[in-house]
Amino acid sequence: MEQDSGMFTVQSTIGSVLCCKCGILMQPNAANMCAKCLRSEIDITEGLQKSVTIIHCPECDTYLQPPRTWIKANLESKELLTFCVKKLKNLNTVRLVHAEFIWTEPHSKRIKVKLKVQKEVLNGAVLEQAFTVEYTVLDQMCDSCSRVQANPDQWVAAVQLRQHVSHRRTFFYLEQLILKHDAAKHAIRIQQMDQGIDFFFGKRSHALKFVDFVGKVSPVRSRNDKQLVSFDSKSNDYNYKYTFSVEISPVCREDLICLPPKLVNSLGNLGPIVLCTKVTNSIALLDPFTLRHCFLDADQYWRTSFKALLSSRQLVEYVVLDVEPVSSEVTVGGSRYILADAQVARVSDFGKNDTIFNVRTHLGHILNPGDNALGYDLYSANSNDIELDKYKGFSIPDVILVKKSYEERRQKKRGKARTWKLKSLNMEVDSTARGYNEEKISSEYEQFLRDLEENPDMRFNLSLYRNKEYQPSEMASSVADGDELPSIPLDELLADLDLSDVESNDDDSMAE
Amino acid sequence: MATRLQYENNSEIGVFSKLTNAYCLVAIGGSENFYSTFEAELADVIPVVKTSIAGTRIIGRLCAGNKNGLLLPHNTTDQELQHLRNSLPDSVVVQRIDERLSALGNCIACNDHVALTHPDLDRETEEMIADVLGVEVFRQTVAGNILVGSYCALSNRGGLVHPHTSIEDLDELSTLLQVPLVAGTVNRGSEVIAAGLTVNDWTAFCGSDTTATELSVLESVFKLREAQPSAIVDEMRKSLIDTYV
Repeated sequence: MEQDSGMFTVQSTIGSVLCCKCGILMQPNAANMCAKCLRSEIDITEGLQKSVTIIHCPECDTYLQPPRTWIKANLESKELLTFCVKKLKNLNTVRLVHAEFIWTEPHSKRIKVKLKVQKEVLNGAVLEQAFTVEYTVLDQMCDSCSRVQANPDQWVAAVQLRQHVSHRRTFFYLEQLILKHDAAKHAIRIQQMDQGIDFFFGKRSHALKFVDFVGKVSPVRSRNDKQLVSFDSKSNDYNYKYTFSVEISPVCREDLICLPPKLVNSLGNLGPIVLCTKVTNSIALLDPFTLRHCFLDADQYWRTSFKALLSSRQLVEYVVLDVEPVSSEVTVGGSRYILADAQVARVSDFGKNDTIFNVRTHLGHILNPGDNALGYDLYSANSNDIELDKYKGFSIPDVILVKKSYEERRQKKRGKARTWKLKSLNMEVDSTARGYNEEKISSEYEQFLRDLEENPDMRFNLSLYRNKEYQPSEMASSVADGDELPSIPLDELLADLDLSDVESNDDDSMAE
Repeated sequence: MATRLQYENNSEIGVFSKLTNAYCLVAIGGSENFYSTFEAELADVIPVVKTSIAGTRIIGRLCAGNKNGLLLPHNTTDQELQHLRNSLPDSVVVQRIDERLSALGNCIACNDHVALTHPDLDRETEEMIADVLGVEVFRQTVAGNILVGSYCALSNRGGLVHPHTSIEDLDELSTLLQVPLVAGTVNRGSEVIAAGLTVNDWTAFCGSDTTATELSVLESVFKLREAQPSAIVDEMRKSLIDTYV
């Protein structure tokens, strides 16, 4: 037979031979037996496992991978298929080509997987065979589920957050921060207590992480203890309950403070009366008369712990009669202030008598004659402070103005919904406890929301969500007002919404 | 009739025997079973000769022959040569040839009229074949294999070739050899045909692994069903006599 190399190849059609066993016509192959005869001769699945037992936890729908890992997988999912195939031994002697589930009734506790394998037999012929492996599913609770079942309230670590003041503003703000950073996602239970919140965790490391987080956002001091619950003498396993007691400093924003003399000296004669302007993990103090500021971090504060002289509950409303700037604009710690002389009168005195106070204030940049301002009335206050007594010959100013008041405009807007809203933690509230006053708490919450509206830097760290129930048409009618209430601009909400879209999975998302 | 047998528990009997229309060569084995099977079948008709070639038992693959002659490789000893000359009928020419490819049984497939040879065989060898065996020589390959003597078994009535032979090849070979050809297997799917079987015009011997299907293929292509030794001669006589004087 001549074959020209390269250009011209002779056409060759494969003839057919008889299978050497059954005699049917077939194409010749390496074994020269038809596939059926080959399969009947040789079983390549010999030696492979055909039935296997797997363990499944019915509570959390996970499967045990010995010795200790539990893998979450749904029925007939890719993860379950991988898990089942991995369970088979000796599968490396053959080549796995295809694997799929055969449907079985879920109650039958059997899973069937059909596998196609290939192996080389005889003289080079590759045989492909399909076979079914049956998995028997045994139900057994995994360790974590059995622990939860045994005692659902079982906690291993508890964090007790406390702040010894009479209001809950700090906790409202902290709640929003915790929500934003997901710091309490491992908490088993959260309980609201008098003057604080308790967080319960399943692992000590989670509690520690939470305590670190709180330490980064507020000035705190903490201590921790542990209590032995049980111990196994054979394996030397000790089980403890850990408790972290975290105390937040009682100084809050807008508090009036009288500093102890030692601290005043160490800060370079910062006037004993200061205002607290910002509390993060350090306290920012502002002297309203000299416009000097300083920062105290947690360690420094707790070394010379001081309480507030007057807090924001005791703010009194004043009418500003005249404002005269004394100095130019100063930027102090990120905000701008102008020192000014102002003539003010209490709103309660306004029509009735002529009591006027001449005060120096740091709010020259926003106050205009005719405005309302909130301030501390030291003239008529009766303060019992030890520190104040230490200062001999110190003349206490009559009034210290703290912020501008929008009360009038708020009156007009009362009852109208806000464009934004906040989320809340899943807290257990004990409403029958002694001293629980629901009205007080809701008015404090309203005050907190107003603070958020007025202070852009306070809402910098939080996530605000758009309120679906808000009706824009109502807002149009009050646009005609002269001065606007400070409200949160919509684009801030939008920017916040980006985060909330990523974080939250509810229907607050809006088209971008 | 096709007979199934084994040589010392090995089914490759075409390696250890050579069967032609005029004689049969058998290898020397440990037990006499192999020889006695051949004898039982062939003793009255043709001589069955026990021999070795070049001191080996693989005589089927080392020599090539038909009723006219027998070709032996260059390493056949003188005693073996003499023994064969003595045992075989005088009409058979026994010739030792000098050929680089010494496994003549693997290189040459022949019947009484035509021979297929390894494409690389020497010119002189080819002439020798034509001379001694009295055949027409064709250099060919079978299913792409150059060892035609291994992958093809021929008799005067038919031939069996390697199972992977294409249809065009089959047609071409068949035209050359002037006998019907079939692609098939022997010894349970083994492709080395001539190693598993040895055949002449009225009988065939194959390895005991051969399945019934393969056996039926053999019997049909070599036309062994109704074959008797005398019938061949009668038929041949009829065709041989051309004219009556």
